[in-house]
Amino acid sequence: MIDIDQYITKYVYDVKGLNLWYGDNQALKDINMHVMENEITAIIGPSGCGKSTFVKTLNRMIENVPIVKTEGEILYNGRNIFSSKMKVEELRTRVGMVFQKPNPFPKSIYENVVYGPKIHGVKDKKTLMEIAEQSLRGAALWDEVKDRLNDNAYGLSGGQQQRLCIARTMAVSPEVILMDEPTSALDPVATMRIEELMEDLKKEYTVIIVTHNMQQAARISDKTAFFLSGELIEFDKTNKIFANPSDKRTEDYITGRFG
Amino acid sequence: MDNNDIREIIQQNIKKKSHFSDRVMPKFFLFMALISVVITFGIVYTLIFDSIKFFSQVPIREVFSTNLSPLSREPSFGFLPLLNGTFLTTIIAMLVAVPVGMAAAIYLSQFASPRLRKVLKPVLEVLAGIPTIVYGFFAYSFVTPLLMRLIPSLGAKNVLSPGIVMGIMIIPMVASLSEDAMNAVPTIMKEGAMGLGSTRLETTTKVIIPASISGIVASIVLAVSRAIGETMIVTIASGSSKNFTFDITQSMQTMTAYIVEFTSGDAGSGTVGYYSLYAVGLILFVFTLGMNLIAQHIARKYREEY
Amino acid sequence: MRDRNTEDFVFEEEVYSMNEKIKKPVKSQVTFNKNRISRRIFLNNSAKHLFSLSTVFAMVVLGILLYQIVSGSIGWLDWQFLTSNLSIFPEKAGIKGAIIGTLFLMMIVIPVTLVLGVATAIYLEEYANEGRIQRLIKINISNLASVPSVIFGLLGLTVFSRMLSLGSSILAGGLTMSLLVLPIVVVAAQEALRSVPGFLREASYGMGADKWTTIWRVVLPVSIPGILTGAILAISRAIGETAPLVVLGIPTLIMKIPSGIMDDFTVMPIQIYYWTLDTVLTPEYAYLASATIVVLLVTLFVLNSVAIIIRNKFQKTF
Repeated sequence: MIDIDQYITKYVYDVKGLNLWYGDNQALKDINMHVMENEITAIIGPSGCGKSTFVKTLNRMIENVPIVKTEGEILYNGRNIFSSKMKVEELRTRVGMVFQKPNPFPKSIYENVVYGPKIHGVKDKKTLMEIAEQSLRGAALWDEVKDRLNDNAYGLSGGQQQRLCIARTMAVSPEVILMDEPTSALDPVATMRIEELMEDLKKEYTVIIVTHNMQQAARISDKTAFFLSGELIEFDKTNKIFANPSDKRTEDYITGRFG
Repeated sequence: MDNNDIREIIQQNIKKKSHFSDRVMPKFFLFMALISVVITFGIVYTLIFDSIKFFSQVPIREVFSTNLSPLSREPSFGFLPLLNGTFLTTIIAMLVAVPVGMAAAIYLSQFASPRLRKVLKPVLEVLAGIPTIVYGFFAYSFVTPLLMRLIPSLGAKNVLSPGIVMGIMIIPMVASLSEDAMNAVPTIMKEGAMGLGSTRLETTTKVIIPASISGIVASIVLAVSRAIGETMIVTIASGSSKNFTFDITQSMQTMTAYIVEFTSGDAGSGTVGYYSLYAVGLILFVFTLGMNLIAQHIARKYREEY
Repeated sequence: MRDRNTEDFVFEEEVYSMNEKIKKPVKSQVTFNKNRISRRIFLNNSAKHLFSLSTVFAMVVLGILLYQIVSGSIGWLDWQFLTSNLSIFPEKAGIKGAIIGTLFLMMIVIPVTLVLGVATAIYLEEYANEGRIQRLIKINISNLASVPSVIFGLLGLTVFSRMLSLGSSILAGGLTMSLLVLPIVVVAAQEALRSVPGFLREASYGMGADKWTTIWRVVLPVSIPGILTGAILAISRAIGETAPLVVLGIPTLIMKIPSGIMDDFTVMPIQIYYWTLDTVLTPEYAYLASATIVVLLVTLFVLNSVAIIIRNKFQKTF
């Protein structure tokens, strides 16, 4: 039998004509882009350009803001995420998210990691422990915390907390991990560790990362999308964007003329 | 365990999941929250329902008379003595609570060092946390005998002593609400006045108090409402005399004390006397609610100013 | 600043040291009248002392009150007083019944107010949309808090005692008291829920949790200290409150110790009330009242200390 998937290009996300408003304020204007499996896609742009709004739309977290209105389609593995058949729980377990500021729960390290599996009905203690170890190893945190899994997560350093949040996200085995400026609250050493981690994450997951740090985008991503005032200005291979952007505004931004 | 297995289990569970809690919980909590509304309507309903029975049997002219003798052979239900008793105790309480409370508020918010404030505020909180029955006992067994030495004609039950003690009880309330209002005045206004060479006193009287006047007034209105509704101090220390008089050395009955006297006595259900409880309760309720609404209105206005 | 004479120095000290931001006195064309200035400073200082006196007044009153009550209770407050039944003979009387009555009352008040209060707060903070119902409930709660307690007594008398024929039982008293302190719990729980940082909810929603799961597993555990603090304050209010129970018609002399929630009962404040009223006939009752007040105040003090400890211990993990 032939696996058809091998022969067609696989889009994890296919965004078609996405518009988004906060009340009367249009924050995203006719976005069209796609995200490929097992790649790191970086989203860059000056603050207020809509990059954060965009990733939060990808797992419908944006709906927590009551006045948001969307238009257009986002296909996730071919299924429209806005359709009534797509449960938001399913979407968010398939598409995990890591936030700007580390946000562990005020519980033990162990309880943080198994939060996802637990609320989604995994009860077996042994399975949970297995998941916890696997996820913590995946987030390169296991060796640092294996002896104090029952300590409160807020005893960890900022960088460790953020890796714990990554582990927590990994615990439900998502397919995609969204990261909204995950290193902006961290010091350079902690940032470096997370960037190293991203290389490994890529093997298992598709990663979409918002960053205000262009060097970071250039270092870690395969593709880069440049947003400006709610518009997607340019979307291409990272090498191409940074070496030879086709739009003047991209070039201006990358060379530090604004932003 | 493989990632795919975990994913598979979780997705299966999500598919199976009924959205029971999402549908039921909002309704359940709405229901629970509405119980408090039901309580309020219950209060209003019982008060009005039984008051109607009272007012249908007692002519309005009698209600506004000064003759209150509910248990005599020919009962008369003039509420003016009760209103008078409530009015006088409230005025005395305010004469104590407003100046002292305001001065304490000014001192705490403008003059006291942060360290001193840390000591003084808990003292006020302790004062505010003492049950009213304790103040009642204090008024009756300490303040009244003390005042008798100054005013020999003072009765063992009188309006003066519970009025003063009620004022003391209300000091913390006036102080803390007024202090909040004064602290809400933007520092920049204060700094402006001080920068021009004003003393603290001048800054307080010319800038802080005018700017926070609505909050201060609201706190006083709330204090009045509290004094009107206060029960145990007046029940114990001002007695149950139903005379209509302005002599504060004499015993008088307040609306609240009337309710207590009547319910703990043996007014049988269904008599006019029994229904008079609800009429007095209704008047009391309308007074305190009105005061509270006024205070809220004033306070809302001052929040808008900044 | 340093080379001026003493009087001027005082003036500057008063005016400028209050404000760190204004470092240098502005050079002014106005010539200061030294007499006027010292008068203003004098006024300022006298006012300061006057204001501090009024604060001291509050402390002095508190001191006198405590002294009077404690000194009245000496010789009367002992183990026998705590463990004896009521009696018309002052030497034999004790408040065992009142203490047990208070405990029974709390068995009704605590669950009822916690469930109703926290549920109401959850609705207002988590589920309600801005709208008429939410506004109605909010206005209602804040006004309920200002209704005089004696009116709650009337409500309890009408609804629980007469309509539901609960008489002056513990159940009737407990329900009446619960309604009275409900607003305290609601407001405290609302504040506790509101103080849960948004990023924790976000984290939970980001894991695919639904609203109820997020509330139950994340929001409520974090807000428990705040809710507990409010609950303890509500309980102390209920323990000290007298008027609603008097209105329910609790009999003066209850010799029997209650054994169930349908029994008649008495509580410490009621006992204080009756003993105070009867001091005219039996002066020793004043000592019994004092002793009971000491027990009551100690109970409240312990409860409030626990509330403060909880508040300090769990403050600001984030």
